[in-house]
Amino acid sequence: MSVVYIALPAVLLLALAGVIAFVWAVRSGQLDDLETPGMRILGDDEEPPGDDRP
Amino acid sequence: MSNKTLECDHCGLPVPAGLVEPGAERQFCCSGCRLAFDVIQDSGLDQFYRIRERVDEPGRPAASSGRRYQEFDDASFVSLYGRTTSDGLATIDLYLEGVHCAACVWLVERTPIVISGVAECRLDIGRSLATVVWNPDTTKLSEVARFLDSIGYPCHPFRGAATREIERRADRGFLIRIAVAGAVAGNIMLLAFALYGGAFHGIETEYEQLFRWVSMVLSLPSVFWCANIFYRGAWGSLRTRTLHMDVPISVGILAGFGWGWVNTIRGQGEIYFDSVTVLIFLLLVGRFVQRRQQRSAARATELLFSLAPTVARLIVDDEVREVPIQALVPGSLVELRAGDTAPADGVVQDGVSTVDRSLLTGESRPVEVTIDDPVHAGTVNLSGRLLMAVRTTGENTRVGRLMRMVEENARRRAPVVRLADRISGWFVLAVLSLALATLIIWLRLDPEHAVDHAVALLIVSCPCALGLATPLAVAAAVGRAARRGILIKGGDALEELARTGRMILDKTGTITEGRMAVAQWTGDEWARSAAAEMEAQSSHPIALALSTGSHMTPHPAVEVMAHPGRGLTGIWNGRSMVVGSPAFVVEQGAQLNQSFQTHILEVVKAGLTPVVVAADGEVAAVAALGDKVRDDAAASLERIRDLGWSLEVLSGDHPSTVATVASGLNLDGRGGADPEFKAELVKRAAAEGRVVMVGDGVNDAAALAAATVGVGVHGGAEAALAAADIYLSRPGLNPVVELLEGSRRTLGVIRRNLFFSLGYNLVAVSMAMAGLMHPLVAAILMPLSSITVVVSSYRAKTF
Repeated sequence: MSVVYIALPAVLLLALAGVIAFVWAVRSGQLDDLETPGMRILGDDEEPPGDDRP
Repeated sequence: MSNKTLECDHCGLPVPAGLVEPGAERQFCCSGCRLAFDVIQDSGLDQFYRIRERVDEPGRPAASSGRRYQEFDDASFVSLYGRTTSDGLATIDLYLEGVHCAACVWLVERTPIVISGVAECRLDIGRSLATVVWNPDTTKLSEVARFLDSIGYPCHPFRGAATREIERRADRGFLIRIAVAGAVAGNIMLLAFALYGGAFHGIETEYEQLFRWVSMVLSLPSVFWCANIFYRGAWGSLRTRTLHMDVPISVGILAGFGWGWVNTIRGQGEIYFDSVTVLIFLLLVGRFVQRRQQRSAARATELLFSLAPTVARLIVDDEVREVPIQALVPGSLVELRAGDTAPADGVVQDGVSTVDRSLLTGESRPVEVTIDDPVHAGTVNLSGRLLMAVRTTGENTRVGRLMRMVEENARRRAPVVRLADRISGWFVLAVLSLALATLIIWLRLDPEHAVDHAVALLIVSCPCALGLATPLAVAAAVGRAARRGILIKGGDALEELARTGRMILDKTGTITEGRMAVAQWTGDEWARSAAAEMEAQSSHPIALALSTGSHMTPHPAVEVMAHPGRGLTGIWNGRSMVVGSPAFVVEQGAQLNQSFQTHILEVVKAGLTPVVVAADGEVAAVAALGDKVRDDAAASLERIRDLGWSLEVLSGDHPSTVATVASGLNLDGRGGADPEFKAELVKRAAAEGRVVMVGDGVNDAAALAAATVGVGVHGGAEAALAAADIYLSRPGLNPVVELLEGSRRTLGVIRRNLFFSLGYNLVAVSMAMAGLMHPLVAAILMPLSSITVVVSSYRAKTF
């Protein structure tokens, strides 16, 4: 079980890396607007050919 | 020819009969929509219409302003409002009018496809801000602005950069705290699993101690940095002698951490780091959601710039020069052509014309102006050329002062007291006394575990679910409401709307359609079609009323001459026609017999506008025009009254017209109220009790900001929407009823959530007092109570 002395710091370092990545995402402004990205997914479909124009 | 009302191909609203082009493939309700449609088609962006259908959003007429935006190309402009990026591009935030739908996001963000040189255009719909990144060497900003304007989104430079920066930094700080709290809680939970497993099956002391110490050290950033918000709140609460929920939260966290720390050093006894850190995480999430629901203040300067033009036609030495309005000083002489918006307050020096004062009065009926009459910034000159001498400019104009009033009223408004805050008072006392009681009792029974039980009680009684109860219920309700076209900016308004109080409604555009229509026609029917033909080319509200929905004839009217403010003359079907006010018709030589004269007096007394149609010198008919009350008004107002609200009308229109409408609907009414008066009345009412203001015009904006809750209705001016807490994107008064009923249901969900959370707390506290609260049980109960609240909020059918 002495592997715990390696496993534990490794896990904590991973967690730290995760937090740092999140902080980077926040600082680069990716989470400033939580509303509009939800609306952006609507426009990405390709319309099937032969659709009537309005 | 058919009587069918054609729909505009851009916005879907009906096309006035006078603007129908027979035989044309496409029909539009206004030149703005036509322009928007053409630009969208030419740019290959017509998928916009399919997206809008998919999202099932109502269209709005494109509000193109036709401005040239030349001032956007000024060197100082970019340095003032934007900045250059590291790779030589420039970026700027522009405030866009009219972006209220998901399809708008798609359209605006396609700008880089249409205009080369624009690298990116991202829209933040919550703030109506478009961030444009472009290459200033190859592309002019004015071109970008004109494109956005042409598709229906006039733009203004965003002036609130400083405040937004502060808000943004605060929001980001919060998110980082949540991330740290979450990471810490998750990892401590993993360690706790090991320790609980060890408690059941045995664990070597060495590792047990290791895990306990690591848990404690890990919890430090969470307890002493992330949770600072709660300690500060608790301290503030104690200093003002009001018991806020932050007090029991802080006590629970610090007691749990403190006792766990003692036991870690002692090497024995229970530790509570897992519960405490999960608590901090969940509470922070709840707090974050709550922050986002708070009402955003309206910004006066933003609003003002959407109302007044940015350039003016200054007359210098008999020459007209276009200058920015900042260049105007009192005494400047400004030219107003037909269709121009007045850039400042002043007095007419020369010219005769009619002016649209709806900005300040709410009525779009044109008002005649001549020499020595006042002109207000933001009003639109309609028919003739005017020369005006400037008296006041910018923020000192009447509309500028109104916008400042909007900002002040919004800022001074008392914050909403939430139901949850109200019960936190006795909650704190109850928890602290029970903990004390537990300590005392157990010190007698089993002194070794006494502190354990007391600390366990403090932790499990921590209002975690309680802190989530309101924000989640409100967030879920706001989301559902948005899908029904009810856009709620300030979620805490929902609790207020769930109760009763005074509801003050604007008349024009809110209770009434906001357009003139023919209420009564006395006389020959053929005269109706004749009048329609005569009025077909004019866009005056009276003309639209007479021509919409009337049978068109095979004979168009010719030689039509408009006499501003009085009427039209022309030839129709070989007959010499006059359509206009009674005085005008008499002037033109027609005779008004006694019965018509009496009838006209009755029309005026009823608050309607009489329009006389005469052919070849003989009066053929009299039309009574008025603003029709909405079809659903009576029923909706009755339901609102049933819900317990007292109703009244407050309007800028003539007192007699308002009285007629009000009595027809069985309400109290008051007319002749200018925007300042409306704001004063609502402000005083809000100080005495709950007041909800429902309105649509710029003249309602200050009142909307002063009310406890301001509701802006469909078709409203941008400034009114910015000042209101809630915007109804569907026409009519029925959405108001839905809003009130939905708010009641939301309050019901909040109560249910509070009931559940308190229930959990009760069970947990009882177990703790009985000495049965093992940390494992606490660690399970808390997420369970939170999940219950989440499920209860998001499955509720509030809207």
